[in-house]
Amino acid sequence: MRTWLFSEQQYHPAWDRVDGPLRIKQPSKVIDPNVAAALMDRYFQEWAVCDEVGIDIVVNEHHATLTCMSTSPLLSLAALARTTKNVRLLSLGTPITNRMDPLRIAEEIAMVDVMSRGRLEVGLVKGSDWELYNSNSNPVRMMDRFWEAHDFIVRALTSHEGPFAYDGEFYRYRNVNVFPHVLQQPHPPIWIPGSSAPSAKRIAELGYVAATFMSGFGAKAFFDAYRASYREAHSRPAPRDRLAYIALCVTADTEAEARARAERLRAWQYALYRLVPGTLNPPGYMSVADNVRYLRSGAATASGPVAIPTVDEMAQRGILFWGTPDMVVDQISRFHDTVGGFDHLLMQMGGQLTFEDTVDSLRLYAREVAPRLKKLTAEPATMEVPADVARRNAFR
Amino acid sequence: MFTEALPERMDVKGVTIDLLVRGTGRPLLYLHAGDGVDPSDPFIPLLAQHFKVYAPSHPGFGGSDLPRTFGSVDDLAYFYLDFLEALDLRDVVLVGSSFGGWLAAELAIRGTGRFSHLVLADTWGAKFDSSEGTGITDIFSTPMADLPGLLFADAAKGMKAFGNLEFAAMPEAAVTRFARNREALTLLAWSPPFHNPRLTNWLHRIDIPTLVLWGAGDKVAPVSYGRRFAAAISGARFETIADAGHYLAMEQPEKFTDVISAFTNDAVQQRGAA
Repeated sequence: MRTWLFSEQQYHPAWDRVDGPLRIKQPSKVIDPNVAAALMDRYFQEWAVCDEVGIDIVVNEHHATLTCMSTSPLLSLAALARTTKNVRLLSLGTPITNRMDPLRIAEEIAMVDVMSRGRLEVGLVKGSDWELYNSNSNPVRMMDRFWEAHDFIVRALTSHEGPFAYDGEFYRYRNVNVFPHVLQQPHPPIWIPGSSAPSAKRIAELGYVAATFMSGFGAKAFFDAYRASYREAHSRPAPRDRLAYIALCVTADTEAEARARAERLRAWQYALYRLVPGTLNPPGYMSVADNVRYLRSGAATASGPVAIPTVDEMAQRGILFWGTPDMVVDQISRFHDTVGGFDHLLMQMGGQLTFEDTVDSLRLYAREVAPRLKKLTAEPATMEVPADVARRNAFR
Repeated sequence: MFTEALPERMDVKGVTIDLLVRGTGRPLLYLHAGDGVDPSDPFIPLLAQHFKVYAPSHPGFGGSDLPRTFGSVDDLAYFYLDFLEALDLRDVVLVGSSFGGWLAAELAIRGTGRFSHLVLADTWGAKFDSSEGTGITDIFSTPMADLPGLLFADAAKGMKAFGNLEFAAMPEAAVTRFARNREALTLLAWSPPFHNPRLTNWLHRIDIPTLVLWGAGDKVAPVSYGRRFAAAISGARFETIADAGHYLAMEQPEKFTDVISAFTNDAVQQRGAA
């Protein structure tokens, strides 16, 4: 199993100083740029530890939010390409439905892949509902836009015989010619997150890494759908390294200290749900059929605060792995076996964890947890794109 | 608005829509607001006492088809030109509410040959300032529970019109119409928000008697916006109706009908005298 650190370059000093939502509507003056710079230093120091101990790195993007200062994962990864030497670098991801210039995304992917000497992995994401208010891109038909942007990016990355013109429904270019071109052939590994069986099917058909966020033991249904669809599409079992799970994770030498850290990490969940009510689920973000189910459930018109589960409840549901190294190994192993196996664990950290908490937990995890999780991988990990998929992408 | 299905289906050059036809007399084409139209809307039987009312569901709204190639208000405007030709309607009183008013203005700038009068009620569609936004409230940023109170001057009346937002108690087909209405409206009005930046270039082309009607308590588009809309159309009359919000026709159906009836009679006399 590979483990990745997923932290969102948060600006937590303001969380207690502002009322209400942390996203979209807070004035940027609540951020002190010098404090932001010091936090960025901290995050790069944490990533340096990752590079030293062999924990891979994930970055993401959000906009106008105190939970995430990164506005482009490929910008962060461009810096990480030069400040790290060993670990793999994943963008999870670029919301290609919101950023309306997929040619620029393809160019930046190629550049970071070259700068990192082929350590880049590329996540393409739909993006959160509230992000549509920042990007102003239309929620309706956004998945059509997603797949057109995806197809275009893969074609742009894999075309090396001179420029081509592109005239699609959502995007048009006279001259597509990506310089430099990617180092990893035919292109860096692609990840797409999902949570439903239909989304798992499509990701499996493309042979990409499917990641699911904080699904708890519900991840089994998603992974099972991926495995079944992969076998059907490619006539062989899905490699374990095509499945990724994202959960909160923290460890410490003693159970008491680990519980204190878990409580500080749990503060992340409170931050996540400080949302602007009118920006949730704009029409078109979900299909009409899903919206009908949602409306009839009463959730669309419900009010009141979201209940954040306790540390023990989160652990029971499989959305938090916490404790001494022994406890964490037990929890991850049980989760892994229950959901049928996966090869990427993305550890979500942040919240009110301090730099010292984070670095100590990362080092302890690398020393005491990661080696004991190796036995969970029965087959060698392979990151190359299957030949049939590579062909399809190259000649699409 | 979305409670009942419309009774008729009509094919217009391959696009099948739902249609309500009520009454006899002069034709009146009613272009509905974002939340649709249905036979239980209180102004429909009142208008039908004076006019032969044609109230279609726009493509993508209610149970009407949305061709995959449709993506803008332009497409709907050209669709309605086909619709008018298919039924060969002439001397039509063209009435549009909110989003439907925008659509009616788009139709009228393309040519008024088939229309006798234009009535725009709490319409969207134009931007008169070059500064930030149109002045129209972003209903897409409004929590659903607050929408009825935003769209009606009287929030309790609004909640009643929206079935108290008790979707679990509504037939699934009605909830589907509600969700389709919202999705189609978002497709067409998300950005630029609630308007066509080029509409003001062409409002001078409207050369028929025009009435711009406004709910005095409109919380979505202020009365001042309505006045500017009327000022941009040569000879347009502007009137406000008390105790009415953005969905004026739903909230004051009698006054809405009386004003339209009087306007179309007056204007005929004026035109006859001229």
